[in-house]
Amino acid sequence: MSAKPARTSRTPRKTEEFFDLRLYVAGQTTRSLAALANLKRICEEHLEGRYRIEVIDLLKHPQLARGDQILALPTLVRKLPQPIRKLVGDLSDTERALVGLDLRRRSPRAS
Amino acid sequence: MSPRTATRPAPVRAVPKSPTGIQGLDEITGGGLPRGRPTLICGGPGCGKTILSMEFLMNGARRFGEPGVFMSFEETVEDLTLNFASLGFDPRPLAARKLLALDYVRVESHEIEETGSYDLEGLFIRLGHAIDTIGAKRVVLDTIETLFCGLSDTRVLRAELRRLFTWLRTRGVTAIVTGERGEGGMTRHGLEEYITDCVILLDHRVVEQNATRRLRVVKYRGSTHGDNESPFFIDDTGISVLPITSLGLNQRASAGRVSTGVPDLDAMMGGKGYCRGSSILVSGSAGTGKTSLAGYFAEAACRRGERSLYFAFEESAAQIGRNLRSIGVTLGPFLRTGLLRIHAARPTTSGLGGHLLGMHRLIEELRPRVVVVDPISNLMSVGTTIEVKAMLARLIDFLKGKQMTALFTSLTTDEGRTEGTDVGISSFMDSWLVLRNLEVNGERTRTLDVRKSRGMAHSNQVREFVLTGCGLRLLGVVRHQGRVLVGSERSAHAGEGPIGARRRTARGGRR
Repeated sequence: MSAKPARTSRTPRKTEEFFDLRLYVAGQTTRSLAALANLKRICEEHLEGRYRIEVIDLLKHPQLARGDQILALPTLVRKLPQPIRKLVGDLSDTERALVGLDLRRRSPRAS
Repeated sequence: MSPRTATRPAPVRAVPKSPTGIQGLDEITGGGLPRGRPTLICGGPGCGKTILSMEFLMNGARRFGEPGVFMSFEETVEDLTLNFASLGFDPRPLAARKLLALDYVRVESHEIEETGSYDLEGLFIRLGHAIDTIGAKRVVLDTIETLFCGLSDTRVLRAELRRLFTWLRTRGVTAIVTGERGEGGMTRHGLEEYITDCVILLDHRVVEQNATRRLRVVKYRGSTHGDNESPFFIDDTGISVLPITSLGLNQRASAGRVSTGVPDLDAMMGGKGYCRGSSILVSGSAGTGKTSLAGYFAEAACRRGERSLYFAFEESAAQIGRNLRSIGVTLGPFLRTGLLRIHAARPTTSGLGGHLLGMHRLIEELRPRVVVVDPISNLMSVGTTIEVKAMLARLIDFLKGKQMTALFTSLTTDEGRTEGTDVGISSFMDSWLVLRNLEVNGERTRTLDVRKSRGMAHSNQVREFVLTGCGLRLLGVVRHQGRVLVGSERSAHAGEGPIGARRRTARGGRR
């Protein structure tokens, strides 16, 4: 597992938490379409509707790249829940994507 | 026209260059960095890459009408701004006027999870947007190798970097890319593979307890360049590179003349003295009268109402004042009014860079018309000969540019031989006076000759002189049987009569 800063909780998020997700792309490319498709699939499987996906096309709004420090594309930024996480790539590696979103496994655990 | 001209190849045009505005660097590179191409600047930590890059941008914005984008991968915009403001360049006013854009790209590996295939289009979009927003013609990427720490797919990174440098060229911006010095190659991640137009290496090392900085143009495609190492300094005016070899020889030549302070010497120098704005070297062994000549020169300038600055690297101001008083040079009044300033320091108190900085600062502050450096030979002890020569060349160039007349004294160690150590320095100087204390017929005789003096007809005679309480006096030339006589032989033949006889018997020490 890649090194991560120590956190108090490594448990998966409670599924009641709302996910505010921003997908940065550069136009409609195979990769950006794949990323969107993969993202939708992951969200439907693991987030049970408690999510919002916003797609930001940097070709249309280049000035938005600065705010979230976007370098690579596509990049998925999880604005909520905190802390902010960044996932780089087309999300084809589902395992890594789930880890990145802190959704390692689907958790039926009650609060 | 003969038919052969049709087959002659077209003349190769020189690579167009983007001036850096950094003193010395434009000279070494023959005009600046290659326009519209990327230049790689590499070196270890603290060697000055970021400062050089920033100066390139700021000069571009301020002096050459070329706005610039500084994309930093290491320092935040706030840190960068503070660092530069402390060095005397504040990027904020330029940023406010949209001549400069600072951007910080944060690459933190622990923030990033790589989940599939990607490219660095985001970087391109950001950079492109910044360039378009201010119409930038210059770009700095400092240090792009940080990307390798944040992202693990080196194949993608390399491909994207290759693409980036090509993209920068199509955008027509002159770019500086900085890289950390690597173990194997020039940079840690081999950036030199992609940037092949121009590569400059910066070095920061300690030589004989002095920290020295060196710059070298390792590669410059399509252009000749000075490829020696050049020392450079960083002070609060930025970077100054001291090319050791040639200097720009495009200063105005003044037609004015200034008195040497010694009427007899003025006569030897075309009747009028030194050329204004020229550099004069007075060399001689210990006790030959170098400081005296320097003192006369400074006094004469003060009498003309011209501000004078005297750098003393061997004696204190008080000592100089006292010694000069004994030969009739009174500097006291001028010191009191501030028309003359004596700045004394031991050469060993600071490195060569520190001295250069101090001298430049004082010169800028006081704006003298006349400068004396007494002696310059002391500074040999704090730097290598290469550095002292480079420093000297730079100083002379600077003074000439401001039309300040400068007199340098230099101690030579052996009077029997030609003054070997001076030859290197004397070639920088417009005029060269040699003082000697010869032993002839069992007597010590002081002589002075004008070894060279550009821009005037000067005497080639070796003249005997005396230092009296009323000043320096050149003695008339006395010949006998084809020889020039000196000392008591001279006074005997010159028919100085009873006075000469009295002097002869009272001989011993100075007359």
